[in-house]
This record gives sequence, structure tokens and C-alpha cells, in this order.
Amino acid sequence: MRAIEPWVKAPLERFLGESSARLTLLMTSSGQVVAQHGFTRSVDVMTAAALGAAIVASTQEIARLVGEPKFLSLVHQGSSQHVFLSGFETPRGRWIGLVVFDGESTVGLVQLFFDRLVAELVAAAPREAPAQRVLPENFERELNASLRALFGR
Amino acid sequence: MSAAAELLDRLSTVRGIRGSALVSASDGLIVAESLMTGVDGRAVAALAASLVNRLRRATECAGRREPMFLQLHAAEGTVLAAPCGAELVLVAVAGPDANVGLARLEMFEVVGRLA
Repeated sequence: MRAIEPWVKAPLERFLGESSARLTLLMTSSGQVVAQHGFTRSVDVMTAAALGAAIVASTQEIARLVGEPKFLSLVHQGSSQHVFLSGFETPRGRWIGLVVFDGESTVGLVQLFFDRLVAELVAAAPREAPAQRVLPENFERELNASLRALFGR
Repeated sequence: MSAAAELLDRLSTVRGIRGSALVSASDGLIVAESLMTGVDGRAVAALAASLVNRLRRATECAGRREPMFLQLHAAEGTVLAAPCGAELVLVAVAGPDANVGLARLEMFEVVGRLA
């Protein structure tokens, strides 16, 4: 498990241990990765983050169309692997969790422990101002720094 | 009221039973419930289904058939679970004053009607 923000590690480790999730990604609503578990290639992380953020954004629009403030979570059920996606508010802004799980877990367990993860993240988040927005001229440097933190290289 | 809900309500009349739920075994979500306030049905459903699934695998690996009944004694009561076909698990939460023997019989009755 790798996290850019150190205070994310303990709650995420508890979630991983309890939910038996195979892959987990925490990201901002714009798709900037905050922490990951299980991914071995940076390209997979960036792709999953971009797709996850896009899916959540799309479902938010569907929610708006049907008059729902927002959907709490979304589950894609596969034959052997499943994806759980949920957006949630933190003191650092809106984040998204993407969890891939298989027969070792169930959607009920993932939902249950994800809710606890969110509560722990909200409680653990430092209250100071969030990091400055990434400017285009610093984007590549920030991206490389994030990938080094997430993959240790 | 659905047939499942009626059966759960009947089970909940057994002395000491705090509530019961019919849970989907494959996803750990509640299908029907009759739980008292103070019992986190969603958590009980997810964790009990996970436990039954793991026990099912354990007994299969041991060359035995799937478990028929699960009785977990805790400091302040008991959790009872019974697989109900391949897809469902019947779960009951009992206090320390529960008539567990009667609850068990009622649970087998419910399983027999629903399976």
C-alpha cells in the first residue's frame, strides 16, 4: 500500500485488512491519486483513476437528471471480480474510492468497511488548508513526484 | 408484508431474540429483516454472510458437507445463522436470556419454508 498523504495509511490499512479488497484507489474528484493498493504499474493507476473519476462524474449527472442529490456508491458486478465506486466528502475536498474485490469479499463487507474508512479519514484529515492547485507548468514534476510516492521508484 | 418478512417476525417472537434477517450469501446484503433498534443489521448481515461462506469452504475442504447451523456465543448473547439454500443465510441475534433451542427449531422451520 502506498499513500501520498501519510495520515491516510493507517485507516486504509485497516480497510484493506478487513474488507479483503484486491485493489484500492483513493483519489480526488479530478482523478489525482492519493493512495493505492495492489496496482503494480503506474499506467494502470492513472487509467483507473481517470476512468473512476469519469464514471462518478457521469453518475452524478444521471443523479441530477432524476432529481437525486447524489448517488452514494456504484457497484459493477462481474463474473469473478467486482468494482465498488463511491464519492465522499473530506476536509480536503471531495474524494473518490475505487475498490476491486473478488470472491474473498462481498459488496456488503466492502460497503460496511468503506463507510468506516471514510469516517476514519474524515477524523484523521489535517484541518489546515489543502495543498495548492497544480499549475500546468508544474504538472509533470507533481505527477512524477506522486508516482514515485505511489510506486517507490 | 412478504412471506419472508412474516417468517422473520414469527422468529423474532421467540424469547430473547433481538431480531433476525435474511441475507444474500453472495453479496452480504439484507433481503428481509426484522431487527430491533440498536442492532446494526447491515453489519450483522455482511459479517454473518462472510462467516458462513468461509465456514462452508472450510467444511468442504475438510471433506464434510456444508454447515447446517452456526451458533456463536458472545459475552452478551448469541448470533445464530443457518444457510438457506445456496443463495441465502438466515441470521438471528439473541440476548443472554434467549431460548436458543427454540430459536434453532424456529430457524430450521423458516429455512425449510424458504429453501
